[in-house]
Amino acid sequence: MNDLDPQPDRPERRWFLRRLLRAGLGGLGIGALGWAFWDRRGPQSGEESPSNDPLPDYSIPGQARRLAMVHGADRGASVTAALAALGGMERFIQTGDRVLLKVNAAFAAPPMIGATTHPEVVTRVARLCFEAGAHQVLVTDNPINDPASCFALTGIAAAAQAAGAQLLLPTDQRFENYSLPNGRLIRRWPLLRAPLRQVNKVIGLAPVKDHHRSGASMTLKNWYGLLGGRRNIFHQEIHTIIAELAMLIRPTLVILDGTASMMRNGPTGGSLDDLKPTQTLIAGTDPVAVDAAGAALLDKTVDDLPYLRMAERLGVGTVDYRSILVK
Amino acid sequence: MRITNTRRISQIFFFTLFLWFGIVSTLGERFFQLRGWPINWFLQLDPLSGLALLLATHTVYAGLLWGVATLALTLFLGRFFCGWLCPYGAWQQFMGWLGKRGLSAPAAVERNRPHPAQRVKYWLLAALLAAAAADLVHWLLAGVVRQPLLLWPLSALAVVVVIALLLFKTSSAFRFWGVLLGALLAAGLLMELLVPQNRWLAAALQTGLLDPIALMHRTFNLVILPLADGPLNLLSATARTYPGAMPIGLLFLLFTFLCLRIPRFYCRFVCPLGALLGVLSRWSVWRIGKKENRCADCRLCERDCEGACAPAGAIRISECVLCMNCLDPCRHDLIGYRTQPSAAGQHDTPDWSRRQVVTSLAAGLVAAPLLRLEGAATVGWHPEVVRPPGALAEVDFLARCLKCGQCMRVCPTQVIRPAGLQGGFEGLWTPMLDFRVGSSGCQLNCVACSHVCPTAALRPLSVDERLGRGGFAQAGPLRLGMAFVDRGRCLPWAMDTPCIVCQENCPVSPKAIFTREMWQAVRNGRHTVRSVTDARVVLSAPLVAGQYGTGDYFCRKGGGVPVPIAANDAEALTLALPPGEAEKAIPAVGDSVEILIRLQQPQVDPARCIGCGVCEHECPVQGRRAIRVTAENESRQRGHRLIL
Repeated sequence: MNDLDPQPDRPERRWFLRRLLRAGLGGLGIGALGWAFWDRRGPQSGEESPSNDPLPDYSIPGQARRLAMVHGADRGASVTAALAALGGMERFIQTGDRVLLKVNAAFAAPPMIGATTHPEVVTRVARLCFEAGAHQVLVTDNPINDPASCFALTGIAAAAQAAGAQLLLPTDQRFENYSLPNGRLIRRWPLLRAPLRQVNKVIGLAPVKDHHRSGASMTLKNWYGLLGGRRNIFHQEIHTIIAELAMLIRPTLVILDGTASMMRNGPTGGSLDDLKPTQTLIAGTDPVAVDAAGAALLDKTVDDLPYLRMAERLGVGTVDYRSILVK
Repeated sequence: MRITNTRRISQIFFFTLFLWFGIVSTLGERFFQLRGWPINWFLQLDPLSGLALLLATHTVYAGLLWGVATLALTLFLGRFFCGWLCPYGAWQQFMGWLGKRGLSAPAAVERNRPHPAQRVKYWLLAALLAAAAADLVHWLLAGVVRQPLLLWPLSALAVVVVIALLLFKTSSAFRFWGVLLGALLAAGLLMELLVPQNRWLAAALQTGLLDPIALMHRTFNLVILPLADGPLNLLSATARTYPGAMPIGLLFLLFTFLCLRIPRFYCRFVCPLGALLGVLSRWSVWRIGKKENRCADCRLCERDCEGACAPAGAIRISECVLCMNCLDPCRHDLIGYRTQPSAAGQHDTPDWSRRQVVTSLAAGLVAAPLLRLEGAATVGWHPEVVRPPGALAEVDFLARCLKCGQCMRVCPTQVIRPAGLQGGFEGLWTPMLDFRVGSSGCQLNCVACSHVCPTAALRPLSVDERLGRGGFAQAGPLRLGMAFVDRGRCLPWAMDTPCIVCQENCPVSPKAIFTREMWQAVRNGRHTVRSVTDARVVLSAPLVAGQYGTGDYFCRKGGGVPVPIAANDAEALTLALPPGEAEKAIPAVGDSVEILIRLQQPQVDPARCIGCGVCEHECPVQGRRAIRVTAENESRQRGHRLIL
């Protein structure tokens, strides 16, 4: 308790004037504070301007589109062979590069089910990146099931660790609202942006899977895992969103692992019976061409996957993969 | 005139003004209707609302700037607001007067003895403001962290100040607050630096629960006016129903009754606004005090002391509500409202301890994240919480809503009600639409609630913006939610009964509800034709006379076109034959015929539905409506979007 006794040595007049001054200054202070924070109009409707820092193009400038297709049952060997056919990882990764491996870790399922990127592919690609001089390799995805479980059960976490790559979980603060320039669906949508900000090269690693809504889930559909929020709303226009994803990410390289393809019951699979040993691995700089080539593994044609031609019309690739196939 | 009479006139004036504003909050242009009356003036004068909003939103919205006037005047005059202006104070004082009539002087004095529990209101104030302040703290810290030129010097300063205060001898209070604030600042900056985007500080605006003006508005709007106007129907044609208003009324009743025993019970023990003004009045220039410290100790001055501030002894300035009841009873004219300190000494600051204040602040800071833990504002949102038009996104909305009920009061269809716990504890008594109550759904061309909201929790809308016209054509109409047909309850869908009241009432053009035609064979509707005379077809089994004569029934012979039934009696159908086709359509003796009903089944077009709820209000399935609006697809939350 603060007992403020009047001080007898001080005239009461001065006491009063001091109080008056203090009250006056206090009143002015409160007034100034109120004025400084005064908001006459109130909050306006939330139309934000589109983000002014669009994602960069991660492809190697000046390189022609190329695609390599190799066959074999050994994933690691296939990856190495495909890269060799494209001229070696050195053509894509230079000393000091920071590389993001966008895997498909969608489901908390073991690797043998084929619903996710195989850990062997992750390890081999990461090692090749380091051998080419990469400074840092990041691995990320925003899976459908619980992220930590997905990375653990798919073996991707262990594979990344074995190769010295760093796994980034899709935590809330790693997302940013993003508007795709000229995009219709990707407007102010949460994008797993933080990992993309940390790198200058992006490599997509996807399995070949049946997908009931879109026809097939391969390297283009794999970018879906960079979206956050209630992204399944986009299933209402699945082909448009995949085409927009093709515009969104212009990767350095994509690798489509069709060593075993999920022919039915996708994209979750769940049984070895759903898989077919198609023994093909496709790598290339044009995801549209890579997916067009991969369609055959699922006994489908380009016409079964409308998003391929839509992406081609948007100018981000060609469905005529034979024209860029490295012999 | 005696000063107490002036005070009474002031109280009666402002109380009447408050009631008048309550009455004129009726949509319309007559003088006793809304027109330009400043119906939120009391809420705006109330600096607790203004301060809490400033903390929660970093802004002082429009008229809330009036609160500055109250605060500044309090610095000069003391708690004039409580004693002279506050309508709830006036009500309490009146009830207290009723309760102490006929009491002997010593008994009356006893009621006005200061009570230790009077400090509770300061705890409540500290907790409520702390709960609202977290966001401002976060905002400031984030601002500092973004500026390296500010961050490092400030962090260093905080550390140096803490160490210096701990090492050197200073006054205890100074050291305590200095160390506490310095340590908190350093810790806050560190947290903000380490986890920049993680919202570890959340704000919850709960002052409205206890703020006397919000409480008064809420009680008047949702309890007193509906009870008074129910039988009179002066302000609305239909009786008002507010589910969830009962506890609001009970609380008001409780505090009213408590006043009979202890005058101004709420003001003394609970009121956080009084507490805020009490804290400020320590600096007031004018104050009640004794001219001399010699008196007969008759205590007559405390007989009607409203604030229980003990003017006979060392007066508690922070408790004094300036009722002035102590001035006249003094036979020796010792007490006055003066610029000098009381000769009998005075307590400037509230009777609180530092520990209590810190505990209250901490409780408030913890309360906000605790409330958010429910997730009602985020992933756990309740689809039944359909907010009025103009409502901000839920988190921003909750940072502004005072639960005053002004939107519910002004709503011409009375479709807005106070939420219970649907929107979480945080959303108690906030506005939500209930399409079963009220006289209609949310009217298409109405934006009244968004304009009366004192804090822009419902931001002011133009009709153009609401309807998506003119400059808002690109954005499209504002959607409150979306209607869903419950096919298990809808008459045409589930019971082969024509209806489509919802489609007819859908106010959107083109309608958001459309129908699909469907031919359904009626139960036990297959018959054999026994005889035919002109259009009269006698059937093998008896019929219920008139059953099929409603215009919705048709008769079809195997594979043919359905022919409308004009009427039926117990044994025969009379067909309404289209001219020229009589020959082909009439069944022959022995033919098997089927009686069909033509149904129009309602469908909702999600691209058009604005969630106004007129369909739900009108649906004849009254208990649990067969078409219901939920907050799905509401414009204010992008994340709730249902269709692309």
